[in-house]
Amino acid sequence: MSDGDPSVAEAHPELVQLLSPEGERVAHPHYSIDLTPDEFRALYRDLVLVRRIDIEATALQRQGELGIWASLLGQEAAQVGSGRALAPDDFVFPTYREHGVAWCRDVDPLWLLGLFRGVNLGGWDPNAHNFNLYTIVIGSQTLHATGYAMGIQREGGGPDGSYPGAVIAYFGDGASSQGDVNESFVWASVFNAPVVFFCQNNQWAISEPIEKQSRIPLYQRARGFGFPGVRVDGNDVLACLAVTRAALARAREGSGPTLVEAYTYRMGAHTTSDDPTRYRLASDLESWKLKDPIERVKAYLVRNGLADADFLDAVQAEADELAAHVREGCRALPDPEPLSMFDDVYVEGTPHLDRQREEFATYLASFEGAR
Amino acid sequence: MATYTLAKALNEGLRRAMERDPKVVIMGEDVGKLGGVFRITDGLQKDFGEDRVIDTPLAESGIVGTAIGLAMRGFRPVCEIQFDGFVYPAFDQIVSQLAKVHYRSAGAVRLPVVIRIPFGGGIGAVEHHSESPEAYFAHTAGLKVVACSNATDGYFMIQQVIASDDPVIFFEPKRRYWEKAELDTTATPDPLWQARVVRPGTDVTVLAYGPMVKTALEAASAAAADGVSLEVIDLRALSPLDMAAVLESVNRTRRCVVVHEAPANVGLGAELAARITEQAFYTLEAPVLRVTGFDTPYPASRVEEDYLPDLDRVLDAVDRSLAF
Repeated sequence: MSDGDPSVAEAHPELVQLLSPEGERVAHPHYSIDLTPDEFRALYRDLVLVRRIDIEATALQRQGELGIWASLLGQEAAQVGSGRALAPDDFVFPTYREHGVAWCRDVDPLWLLGLFRGVNLGGWDPNAHNFNLYTIVIGSQTLHATGYAMGIQREGGGPDGSYPGAVIAYFGDGASSQGDVNESFVWASVFNAPVVFFCQNNQWAISEPIEKQSRIPLYQRARGFGFPGVRVDGNDVLACLAVTRAALARAREGSGPTLVEAYTYRMGAHTTSDDPTRYRLASDLESWKLKDPIERVKAYLVRNGLADADFLDAVQAEADELAAHVREGCRALPDPEPLSMFDDVYVEGTPHLDRQREEFATYLASFEGAR
Repeated sequence: MATYTLAKALNEGLRRAMERDPKVVIMGEDVGKLGGVFRITDGLQKDFGEDRVIDTPLAESGIVGTAIGLAMRGFRPVCEIQFDGFVYPAFDQIVSQLAKVHYRSAGAVRLPVVIRIPFGGGIGAVEHHSESPEAYFAHTAGLKVVACSNATDGYFMIQQVIASDDPVIFFEPKRRYWEKAELDTTATPDPLWQARVVRPGTDVTVLAYGPMVKTALEAASAAAADGVSLEVIDLRALSPLDMAAVLESVNRTRRCVVVHEAPANVGLGAELAARITEQAFYTLEAPVLRVTGFDTPYPASRVEEDYLPDLDRVLDAVDRSLAF
C-alpha cells in the first residue's frame, strides 16, 4: 500500500486496477483478489441490480413520483466493491448517493426513496443495518464516522489489540474541500481511529470540476495528515473490493485510518434537477463509457465461461422484478399525517410542543365539516 | 453541607456523572491536564484517564461532530466549548446534525450529548470571550437549552443534563464561577425543566437566568428598601421555557421585566414577552419590559459595565412598569 513515502509510491502504479476496462485481469504488486465463480457472478448481479434501482428511481422522478433523485450511474463498482468488502460489524456513514452500498447492507431500496419522495427524512433504522441515514450536508458524516470509530476504540480491542469492527465514511471530491472532512482526517490520525475514508472522486461537484477542489491527486492529501492514501480504479469492482478490504482490515487491527480515492466518473447529472450540458463536454462522457464498470465484468465472465446466457437472462429477470418492486412500492408509499411532524422532535417531549400540536389539531379539525 | 464555588460544584457534578456511568466522556480543548481554562474539569483526566477525558484537536466542529459519532455508538459525550464566541465553527454540526438526528431517524437514534458553554461578560476579556449566544440555540428545534446560576444548580443540573437523552446546550455564567454558596450534595434536586422562584414578591415579576439572577436579586433588595416587592424567577430552562411558573407569577404581580445580557433583538425576552402577552393579556397592567445588552456587537471591555444590565437599569425598568 502506498504510505506516502515517495520512494515507495514510485515503485508501483498510481492507480490500483485488477480488471481492465476490456475485462482482462491485471496483476498488482500489493493487491490481489481470489474469487470463486459464484462470488464473481454475485458481484455482477449486484452491479446490474444496483444500476436498475437507480435507473428506475430516475424514471420515477421524471414521472413526478420523486421530488428529486441523486443518481449513482457510473459509480456502481466503487459502491458495490467497497460495500461487499464490509464485515457485518463494520458501520457505514454514507452521503445521499450510496444506493449501492445500501443494497450491500440489505436496506430495501424503497427505504431510500422516502427521503427523495418527501414522505420521511430517512426511513430505516441505522443500527438494524449498520448503515447510517443519508447525510445531506456535505462532509458532516465524516466526523460522525470518526467519532463512532473512537467509540469502538473506547470499548476496547481484543487481546491482540484488534477491534471487532471498523467504520467507513463515504464522501466525494467536492466534500474534500470541506472543513469537517479535513477535521475528521486530523481527528482520525491523532486518535488512530479505525475508520476508512472512502472518497468517490466522480470528477464533478455539481458543475465544478475536480480542478476547483484540489491541485494534487486527492489520495495524496492523506500523507499530510499522517496516514496512507491509495487511488483505486473506481470502475473496477475487484480493485475496489480488494483495496477496501485491506483498508478495513488495517483499521480493525488497530493500525489506523486509510484514505481510499475511488477514481470514477459521474455519468449522470448531479441530481435530476441538474443540467450537465451547461458545463461539460459530451466527449468526456463518451470516453468514460468505454470504462463502464458493468461491461468489463460481463466481458470477463463470458470470456472465461463463468456466465452463460441463462445466467445473464436470470439476472435481467431479477432486475425487472426489482424494478417493479421499486416502481409499485414507491407509488404506494403513504404521505405522512400532518400531525406526525410533531413526533420525535425530542426523546422527552415538551409542554410547549404538545400545546402547539394540540392547537394545530384543533385548527385542522375546524375544517373537517367544510371539506 | 459545604461551601462550593460554582466552578467546583460543576467539577463535582461532572465527577459524579462520570462515576455513575462509564459511558460519560468529556471532550474539549485543554480539558485534560490543565483542567480547562476555567478548571471545570480539574483532576478528572487524572482519575478517569485520557480515553474518558479527551484533549481534542483545536477545532470546535470536530469536537461536536465526533461527539455525535460517539453518542451513536452509545456514549454520553460532554463537550466543553472554551468560550461562547468560539462555538460558531460548530454551529452547523449542532443545528443541522445534533438537533435533527433523532427527528430524522424517527426516534431510532438518540444523541445524549451535552455542550457546555461558559457565557456572558463582565470579566474584562478580549473580543469573542463575553457573548451570550443562547437565543441561536433556543431557536433550534431538537435542542434543549439550560443555564445555571449558582453552585447547587451547577452541581445537580450538570448531572441531570448528562442523564437526559436529548441534546442539551448547557450555559455556565463565567463571571459567577468563583461565587461561593452552601451546597448540600445529598439534597433532592429540583426537576431540570422547572423555573424557580428565588425571591418571592408581589409587585413586579423579574425573569432572569445565568449571570443576571444575582443582578436581579440585588435589584430586589434595593427595591425592597423603597417599599417595592419584586418576585425574582430564575428561569433555569431556556428551551423549553417553564411557562407555567412564569404565568403563575405574572398573573399575581400583573407586571413583568425580563433581564438578560444578550441583545434585545429577537432574544429570549422577546419570546417571553410574546408568550406572556398571548397567554396573560388581560391580567397585565403594563407591557412586558426588557433589560438587556444593546443591539451592538459586544463592546470593548472598558465599556462593558455600561453594556451589561445592572441593578440600576433593572430598577429603572421596574419603575417604568409600575408607572403604567
